[in-house]
Amino acid sequence: MEFLAFLARRLAWSLLVLVGLSVVIFVIARVVPGDPARMALGPRASAEQVTELQEKLGLNLPLYQQYGLFIGGLARGELGQSLLTERSVNEDIRTTFPATLELVLTTVFIAFLFGVPLGVAAARWKDSWPDNLVRAFAIVAAVMPTFFIALLLQVLAGYVLQILPTTGRLPTGTDFEANITGLLIVDGLLKGQFNIVFEAMRHLLLPALALSLATMGQMARITRASMIDVSRQDYMEAARAFGVPDRIRLFKYQLRPAFVPPLTIMGLEFASLIGGAFVVELIFSWPGMAAYGIRAITQKDLNAIMGVVMVSGVFFVLVNLLIDVLVGLVDPRIRIRGRRA
Amino acid sequence: MSDLTALSNSYQNWYRFSRNPTAVIGLIIVVVSILAAILAPHITPYPDHAGAFVDFRNRHQPPSWDHWFGTDNVGRDILTRVIFGLRVSLLLAFVVLIIAVPFGTIMGLLAGYFGGWTEIVIMRLTDIALALPPLIMALAVAAVLEPSLMNAMLAIASLWWTWHTRLVYSMVRQIRALEYVEAAETLGASKFHILFREILPNCVSAIAVKTSLDAGFVILVGASLSFLGLGIQPPTPDLGTMVADGAQGLPDYWWESMLPGVSILFVALGFNLLGDGLRDLFDVEDVR
Repeated sequence: MEFLAFLARRLAWSLLVLVGLSVVIFVIARVVPGDPARMALGPRASAEQVTELQEKLGLNLPLYQQYGLFIGGLARGELGQSLLTERSVNEDIRTTFPATLELVLTTVFIAFLFGVPLGVAAARWKDSWPDNLVRAFAIVAAVMPTFFIALLLQVLAGYVLQILPTTGRLPTGTDFEANITGLLIVDGLLKGQFNIVFEAMRHLLLPALALSLATMGQMARITRASMIDVSRQDYMEAARAFGVPDRIRLFKYQLRPAFVPPLTIMGLEFASLIGGAFVVELIFSWPGMAAYGIRAITQKDLNAIMGVVMVSGVFFVLVNLLIDVLVGLVDPRIRIRGRRA
Repeated sequence: MSDLTALSNSYQNWYRFSRNPTAVIGLIIVVVSILAAILAPHITPYPDHAGAFVDFRNRHQPPSWDHWFGTDNVGRDILTRVIFGLRVSLLLAFVVLIIAVPFGTIMGLLAGYFGGWTEIVIMRLTDIALALPPLIMALAVAAVLEPSLMNAMLAIASLWWTWHTRLVYSMVRQIRALEYVEAAETLGASKFHILFREILPNCVSAIAVKTSLDAGFVILVGASLSFLGLGIQPPTPDLGTMVADGAQGLPDYWWESMLPGVSILFVALGFNLLGDGLRDLFDVEDVR
């Protein structure tokens, strides 16, 4: 029950964060630029045209009413009209978000799959060559600009070795509609079209790898530190004294509690992953929300920008709530005490 | 957590620091980069290539003795432009951190020491900031205002302070329970004295580590921003823009994008190694 109360409290805070986020976005998009209608129409539009658009967008109302309209729209899940595509921003985001989601989820999967074992290995052989290697990798991965990794991988795997596709989600001309979840791998599996699954994975590999390296290094670093931390606990000493076999001590007694910090950090990493997706999607011509956001930004499409930033924020908050639940599942002490150790 | 002697015994600190090879390498990279950026007009082989210079006969030259990093698509020396580009990167990091670090530190001190509503308001603000990636924030601000270096710096700084707030906050929470703080309170020291003269000195080493690590990461964010075309406007050299422009010539003219890219990596690596070295020196394990 304690844990449920903890989750309820976290949920309430999350709502508050979302409201705060909406205020920030509203201020950036509506208050900072002066006159969004003039901005959207450009300097050559007539005064009447500007007034007309202002009325259409509700820009002639006082600010608090405008915010009311904005938040009301958000509550109904409506993000307004995109000035550029002339479709609703909802529609645009619904069609582009799954591509970004699939990319980010694959990235997280790769980061965990390699990052955690690397960290475990580094802690197991602390201060010897595997440890030094992992630490060097973590530092270099952290300071590699995402766009640089992406370009490097694209050139190496795409042009030089020519083994992997370097653009898009599927080969051009593929006839497949991802209309169940929007995730190609999942939809491909559900529809039993395994060639689609295979192709989707091939296309995902390079962009996801580019996006995951920094996070992978981070995961290795955190896992290592946390494994070492746990290994110094008294109960680990006790387990050794009782003659519990190495493997059981490592995986059951040490890794499980040590897994909590990497999980929590992964939640925070989502913000930079979404930021990084902006760069990676552009380089790999990935038809995702980030690519849509970049276009919106260069064309000053305010509703679309607000929509993309808001969706990124909501996604971040939801992921972190989910991670709180996961952390509770991994570490029963947290489940019972109701807070993070 | 650090102890009070951490900053006072500078000779001993320097000795310990100098025994850590990676930290020294980091320091050298940082110092050389800063010097190179400041002295750019005097040490670069072709200072006039930093502007709108064109020499089509020398375009796309691979790295050679005359052009260590090769030349770009209009024949400008890339090494020269990389060194001038460092100015933009370092200036960005400097301005962001000179705003974010003091402000974040003060907010952290207030939230950690006073608690109550002060704490709730400040820490919820940091939660909101966490949900916004700095890059996206800078992009959004660049979109509604002019895409300029100044706006980008302000946008990044407006989020970055929260990391320092969180760090200082957690330290203050530990420190304020210590006996010496209680003693100062009992003696009737002012709140100002306690915050800035009793508690802050014990946070300084952790803040220094974090600032050094941050400098590298701010440089990376700035480079991504200009890579996306929203940084400083041409013809002023900028590392991210150079990588983006050079990428058009991949894979044949690899040096035009890869060498500026490696330069960004190199500078960020310097600040990171320096930060890691300081962390080992001051023994502040949990600062990332």
